[in-house]
Amino acid sequence: MSAHPVAAPLDGAFEPVILGFTCNWCSYRAADLAGTARIKYPPNVRLVRLMCSGRLDPAFVLSAFAQGADAVIVSGCWPGECHYQVQNLKALKRFQLLRRVVAGLGIEPTRLQLVWASAAEGQRLANEIGRITEEVRALGPLGWGGAGADPAVAGTTVLPVREGAPPPAERDLAEVTA
Amino acid sequence: MNTQPVGPREKVGVYICHCGSNIAGTVDVEAVRDWAAENLAGHGVVIARDNKFMCSSTGQELIEKDIEELGLSRVVVAACSPHMHEKTFRGACARAGLNPYLCELVSIREQVSWVHSDKAAATAKAKAVVAGGVFRVEEHAPLEPIRVPINPATLVVGGGIAGITAALELADAGFPVHMVEREPSIGGHMAMFDKTFPTLDCAACILTPKMNEVGMHPNVTLHTWSEVTDLSGYVGSFTATIKHRARYINADLCTGCGICQEKCPVKVVDQVYEAGIGYRKSAYMPFPQAVPKVPVIDGPNCTYFSKGTCKACEKFCPTGAIDFTQQDDEVKVEVGNVVLATGFELFDSRRVEQYGYGRLPNVFTSLEFERMSNAAGPTNGRIVLRDGVTEPKSVGIIHCVGSRDRNYNSFCSAICCMQSLKFAHLIGEHTDATVHNFYIDVRAPGKAFDEFYQRVLEEGTIFVRGRVAEVTDALRLPDEADQDGRLIVQVEDSLAGMQRRIPVDMVILSAGLEPPHDAKETAHRFGISCSSDGWVIERHPKLDPVATMTDGIFAAGCALGPRDIPSSVANGAAAAARILGRIQQKEMSLEPVRASVDESRCSGCRICNDLCPYNAILFHEDQMVSEVNAALCQGCGTCVAACPAGAMSGTGFSDAQVMAQIEGLLSVTATGEPRVPHPLLEGVPA
Repeated sequence: MSAHPVAAPLDGAFEPVILGFTCNWCSYRAADLAGTARIKYPPNVRLVRLMCSGRLDPAFVLSAFAQGADAVIVSGCWPGECHYQVQNLKALKRFQLLRRVVAGLGIEPTRLQLVWASAAEGQRLANEIGRITEEVRALGPLGWGGAGADPAVAGTTVLPVREGAPPPAERDLAEVTA
Repeated sequence: MNTQPVGPREKVGVYICHCGSNIAGTVDVEAVRDWAAENLAGHGVVIARDNKFMCSSTGQELIEKDIEELGLSRVVVAACSPHMHEKTFRGACARAGLNPYLCELVSIREQVSWVHSDKAAATAKAKAVVAGGVFRVEEHAPLEPIRVPINPATLVVGGGIAGITAALELADAGFPVHMVEREPSIGGHMAMFDKTFPTLDCAACILTPKMNEVGMHPNVTLHTWSEVTDLSGYVGSFTATIKHRARYINADLCTGCGICQEKCPVKVVDQVYEAGIGYRKSAYMPFPQAVPKVPVIDGPNCTYFSKGTCKACEKFCPTGAIDFTQQDDEVKVEVGNVVLATGFELFDSRRVEQYGYGRLPNVFTSLEFERMSNAAGPTNGRIVLRDGVTEPKSVGIIHCVGSRDRNYNSFCSAICCMQSLKFAHLIGEHTDATVHNFYIDVRAPGKAFDEFYQRVLEEGTIFVRGRVAEVTDALRLPDEADQDGRLIVQVEDSLAGMQRRIPVDMVILSAGLEPPHDAKETAHRFGISCSSDGWVIERHPKLDPVATMTDGIFAAGCALGPRDIPSSVANGAAAAARILGRIQQKEMSLEPVRASVDESRCSGCRICNDLCPYNAILFHEDQMVSEVNAALCQGCGTCVAACPAGAMSGTGFSDAQVMAQIEGLLSVTATGEPRVPHPLLEGVPA
């Protein structure tokens, strides 16, 4: 597959464009905090603020890919810490389904990633953005049907729990497994 | 539905802020301005300007003037985070007669200039961000804020000095307060102290009158031995569920005479109020000045509950107030605002094993020492070793136990230096002991704090700078042979540049403060955020230090982080002042971010009904359509994302708005060039 005609800049190095969806209460605040603390991360990520990760319409992600995003980050509050109680878990469920759909479209699962970040985790969000940017840079431009697209890898997300956090409440687990 | 896309041809003004050099240092502001004027003209941009400080009055006037003279119908400001100045620029638009919701603030400071260092890449990203804002603002619709009434009652959670101050300020202003306290009495940690630094006021003397005032105030309803188990609703109209644990004593009949406590045969080590060095009965009031003056019977330790006999208290109670059949009960109270003053817990010094707390009897924690030095405490104010009789000849006080230490907590607990100085002074007052203070830095920045430090220095306290390596009873050096039974403090004296082993009789660990063990659950219950340490996060650390990100929930005192009594009092009063302002207004406006249903498109599938955690979506069986209750809807938008018919719409974050923003953000490449569609996707609608 030839290089993406747009993503390859004049000097030849591939700079991905990554779209990040953040929630108003945790991950957008984490991005603000990263700014206030002057924590550096790659400029490849552009953020969209939603009220909640639960607002993420899968169409937003598909539209982003269709319009040239090389990767999409979905980001919200940690399970159990959602400002709207459990809506981030609904986002998680959608994310899991969406990853399969995206893989079916020939998009590598690495290009769609979920990052939980609390309002205090500016450093973590910056680190994750850095990591994902590197991964996508290594992957190259979105090729539609690249070799990396493997539906088997897509369904591997488990409910992540922050280190030291109390175990997710039964209600939370029920949300994910229902 | 009020988010119908308005006509594609709007007159958009773009304003780019330098923020001094905060933005302009990394983003070529003029280039972004010129680029926007040229490239976004097709999206209605008729004017693009830059200003040193858009938030200044000159900056705001620029916007107002353009709205009036150029007839702008949309405004995009590229500056700081919307959490910072969205209100400012919406206000400027409103003053010029433009609906404030037709203004969009995009962040090129927190999300561009402050986090990137490459100027070309940052400028390219700023262009994309501005494009996202311009594309999005075309889809904005005029909105009106939602007005909600404010219930004048307030819930204060935690009855320490911060909560007491907040409650009294509100109650004195004439408004009802519900105060919830987990322990049998209000008073919090301050009630345990003997003296307070640096003035050495007697803690009980200044606290007790306040506690009584709360207890007797006609506007305060006290819920002690109780916890908030649930909070629902939103600012102005919260419903709190308060669980009253069974006291086994009828508070209406009890006179607080204390006979039950006297006759109760069961002695229990008091881990809470006496910090584990004193006893209480199973039927007890934690301390004589307790408010309310109603004891509780501690069920698990009561002989009647474990063996079925005893009832000594019941036999002797002169008013028949003992009621072993009492059950836990729940009440629901309606409040408009909440103050969280849930305080702190002391760092568990057992975790620092090398200091020997729990293993070496004469190692004490700061709270144990507070109780010991208190005239009303278990030793009647005598400072003695664990045997209860021997006065120490020398005492070592170790600062920063569990604070400023990556192994435990990185933060400074703020009060330990001053508390340790106070201990040194009190030891000098009560005994002839020599006192060594082992410190890293002495932090005494408050009013009259450093003067107190000088005073303690002059009193002859020895200060050794260095983090203590170990406290031990093992005598290792030949000249320690006569120190049998004493404790050796091993420390690197970093000023003398040598290792020292200092023998002492008693060690006091100035333990740090930690958030309550259930701080995370509390945060979840009240819908607020806390830091990874567990302290409540303020809406703004400097400019809004007692509000949280959730409207109507305020925090005060150590719930926000370690602080001393004056700061806790100031926080409590500040939270009360914020709430009083709202009560005076009788109503407040909320962001009109709500879901709504276009009934003509709703197929009645009810997918949205199950997604809402607030039960805000009603289903009309007769018409087979759903309807959103705007008062209950919190605006998360999960239902909007889920509606298969596109009948559900979210104001402020409509599909059209978000899609337009995505299109704008992706219209520029990483190098700032216009994006050319992928050949495979040419002609595919976005």
